[in-house]
Amino acid sequence: MEYEAIIGLEVHVELKTKSKIFCSCSTSFGAEPNTQVCPICLGLPGTLPVTNRQVVEFGIKTALALNCQVASYCKFDPKHYYYPDVPKNFQWSQFDMPIGSNGHLKINVDGEELVIGIARVHMEEDAGKLIHIDGPDGGYSLVDYNRTGVPLLEIVSEPDLRSPAQARAYMEKLRTILHYLDVSDCKMEEGSLRCDANVSVRPRGSSTYGTKIEVKNMNSFRSLQRALEYEIERQVNLLENGEQVQPATVAWDESRGVTTVMRVKGESSGYRCFPEPNLVPIEIDSAWIERVRQELPELPDARRQRLIDDYGLPLYDAEVITSSKELADYFDRTVALYPDAKTVSNWLMGDFSRLLNAHNLEPGQAPVPPQELAALLQLQQEGTISGKIAKQVLEEMFASGKGARQVVEEQGLIQISDAAALGQIVAEVLAANPKVVEDYRNGKTKALGFLVGQVMKATKGKANPGLVNKLLKEQL
Amino acid sequence: MNLCELTAHELGELLKSRQVSAVEATEAAINRIEAVDSRVQAFVTRTVEEAFAQARAVDAARSRGETLGPLAGIPMALKDNICTVRIRTTCSSRMLADWVPPYEATVVSRLKEAGAILLGKLNMDEFAMGATTETSAFFPTRNPWDLERVPGGSSGGSAAAVAAGEAFYTLGSDTGGSIRQPAAFCGVVGLKPTYGRVSRHGLIAFAPSMDQIGPLTRDVTDCALILNAVAGHDSSDCTTADLPVPDYRAALNTDIKGLKIGVPREYFADGLDPEVAAIVRRAIDKLAELGAICEETSLPHTEYALPTYYLVAYAEASSNLARYDGVSFGLRVPGRDIEEMNINTRTEGFGPEVKRRLMLGTYALEAGNYEAFYLKAAKVRTLIRQDFEAAFNKYDLLVTPTEPMVAFRLGEKGNKKPLAMAAADSYTSAVSLAGLPALSLPCGFSQGLPVGLQLIGPSFAEARLLQVAYAFEQNTEYHRRRPALEVA
Ligand SMILES: [Zn+2]
Repeated sequence: MEYEAIIGLEVHVELKTKSKIFCSCSTSFGAEPNTQVCPICLGLPGTLPVTNRQVVEFGIKTALALNCQVASYCKFDPKHYYYPDVPKNFQWSQFDMPIGSNGHLKINVDGEELVIGIARVHMEEDAGKLIHIDGPDGGYSLVDYNRTGVPLLEIVSEPDLRSPAQARAYMEKLRTILHYLDVSDCKMEEGSLRCDANVSVRPRGSSTYGTKIEVKNMNSFRSLQRALEYEIERQVNLLENGEQVQPATVAWDESRGVTTVMRVKGESSGYRCFPEPNLVPIEIDSAWIERVRQELPELPDARRQRLIDDYGLPLYDAEVITSSKELADYFDRTVALYPDAKTVSNWLMGDFSRLLNAHNLEPGQAPVPPQELAALLQLQQEGTISGKIAKQVLEEMFASGKGARQVVEEQGLIQISDAAALGQIVAEVLAANPKVVEDYRNGKTKALGFLVGQVMKATKGKANPGLVNKLLKEQL
Repeated sequence: MNLCELTAHELGELLKSRQVSAVEATEAAINRIEAVDSRVQAFVTRTVEEAFAQARAVDAARSRGETLGPLAGIPMALKDNICTVRIRTTCSSRMLADWVPPYEATVVSRLKEAGAILLGKLNMDEFAMGATTETSAFFPTRNPWDLERVPGGSSGGSAAAVAAGEAFYTLGSDTGGSIRQPAAFCGVVGLKPTYGRVSRHGLIAFAPSMDQIGPLTRDVTDCALILNAVAGHDSSDCTTADLPVPDYRAALNTDIKGLKIGVPREYFADGLDPEVAAIVRRAIDKLAELGAICEETSLPHTEYALPTYYLVAYAEASSNLARYDGVSFGLRVPGRDIEEMNINTRTEGFGPEVKRRLMLGTYALEAGNYEAFYLKAAKVRTLIRQDFEAAFNKYDLLVTPTEPMVAFRLGEKGNKKPLAMAAADSYTSAVSLAGLPALSLPCGFSQGLPVGLQLIGPSFAEARLLQVAYAFEQNTEYHRRRPALEVA
């Protein structure tokens, strides 16, 4: 039987506000444990929360970017569960009146554009972190409350995703949008972007849903895709063997490449949510929404279209360039100085991206500013350097942070375009390779390439390749 | 002259004219506490050294010629659910018996600023859950008018300390009547301000949608003074109103001619002690005599107030008290694992009345019960609010008995008889649900025990309540009576 997977994602995004959602503690990552805490985020008796307006602002911004309706009235509700990293044993979240609802985003998978529904976007506070210390008798646990009260947005998709690849594309697109909005660092490895998946399978064509499994602990796009692939296969195998899928929450084990059961889901009395009396409801008037809407940056889809319309870039190039806001910004700034957009795009997608990866840098951190890349392309276009040398120069620019012209001059890489000087070298190469010359004359046209290579070698790559070809043909 | 018989404003005059020093006033209060508190048992914690240090600082400031406010140098005490930095704040619970807050409540900061002298922390029903102060995990407080009787609750220590002359004024907290009811039982003035009038920052929650801090005093003038010192917007409590605070003392005058007062008939129905009823009727006649127009009116949803109050308050409590788990503050009773530690801590840390309320509140919020209980209560709450709104379209204020009876005997309606105790909340909880200000003042005595008159006003009409109370007080002498606590 053929099966299809039904996947919905719950994504938690840590917002990059300066202070926590209900107190003034810092949200910065990596501080010594329990140094960014106060009576409020420790949940001490008698403390009261005060909502950080910036969180609401980021919530509106994100909801709008995800095409959601923004609630005109929203409130917080305590969500109760006993866990030691939640000092109050409840978390302030939004239960029945999320700040955003009924939205969507578009993804492209295998050339097909899909619209994925977004059920809701809501604000909540993050929990702390438990650190387990091994020891005799099973060891003990310590709690770090620095993260307690860091603002989160939870973005819940509709169960519209049908494959792990689609799920990954959704996550990537969501991250891109959040980057464009500048509301989060979106670092999966630091936990500022986290994702849980609900996945079930059913015979293709069936209209009812199968039993849902919640998958947690996927810390990268790759592990999201792998975990879903594994989980779907596991569920299909169960059904094929005539067994049933038991509702459960499972954790992805990256090193073993399997999911393991964290807890079996049974009857629950729920989270006992009700409107939090200590937090006054937030009224979001249309003027506020409109102001945020006016201030929205250009979003990835619009930007991609602009690159196609204004610069004639192919869809593929536009997609790759706009998948990162920093890369797209870099592109815009480079093209402003060097208008051959396709050449800029080729460089950005090719050597520039390769060097970024090699140096483990984001586009915004590149040691080569846009004006220097433009200068490099200019040198190439003028014929001052060859394309091959240009790659070499970019490499050096990344390594040293020096400008294009400086590298070219310091290393004497200016292209030799002097026909007399180059003619002399060509003659020497021909004299030194009589056999190859003979082969060429006997019709082996490939031999020309070898001779070009020899000239390049003799000139350390600086010879103007067009001129070399011309001179060789003349002298042969 | 026995300083401890004075009101706070009378003492304030003596301090201002330097006839008495703050140290002398503090000494007098501490001597009084030592003389009577072994019987009254109002104090959970005494802060004698700190009190003298504060008194010396006030005296020094006065001798330097600094301008001091009306409360400077006057000894007072706080209900033990109001956080005091470096002084334990217990909620009269084993759970917090050794808990020392690292921060202080806004009301404490404001009183300190005003030069108040803190004598100590006062006994209460555990986590403010009770109406007799018998649910305190430490000991019951006694009514100074009859030591065999309860002082009321949950601010029983706060009311008893004022009545017994142990403090010139105190702060209590009121969720469903916890200031007004003990004020009535102990024959003092108690004010529950409008929800949002006084900051709750640093008040350990029972039910945050109703909790309010307010003063317990020997007369209405003191009540106005204390309210002025603590009221007003606080950026740490987003439920406080950003409204100007009037000069409540300046609003005190005796002219209440033409004021329209409604008398809701539901508060004079079955269950009201006949002698209490007669005393309250006479008090209403007194108001009419002073020129007020008193008319019978109706608050039709009154009978639903009590069950509604219980559902809302217990549900909120079950949420707020979830944090007492033994992990990072308060009592910890170890267990084999974290869950067992949570259970052991809560089993030993909470008394039976708190547990009863937390279980009921938890039940009311559970999936499947929410609509039938919590949500229903929230809707009835709106109806109760609308009853008052309609009444205040016609009347400037409402008047009722504060309690349907006088103080009862210890053990008579204790925590083994929750329904009997419920009667004590029935006259005060509707006001709490509606978030309105209400004041209880002594209006007579029945068999030697004080009877309280409850004045209820529209939101933020504290000045009007105080004015009417003042007019009544100036024409009666009940507030001058003091219990005969023989000094051993
Ligand atoms: Zn904090």
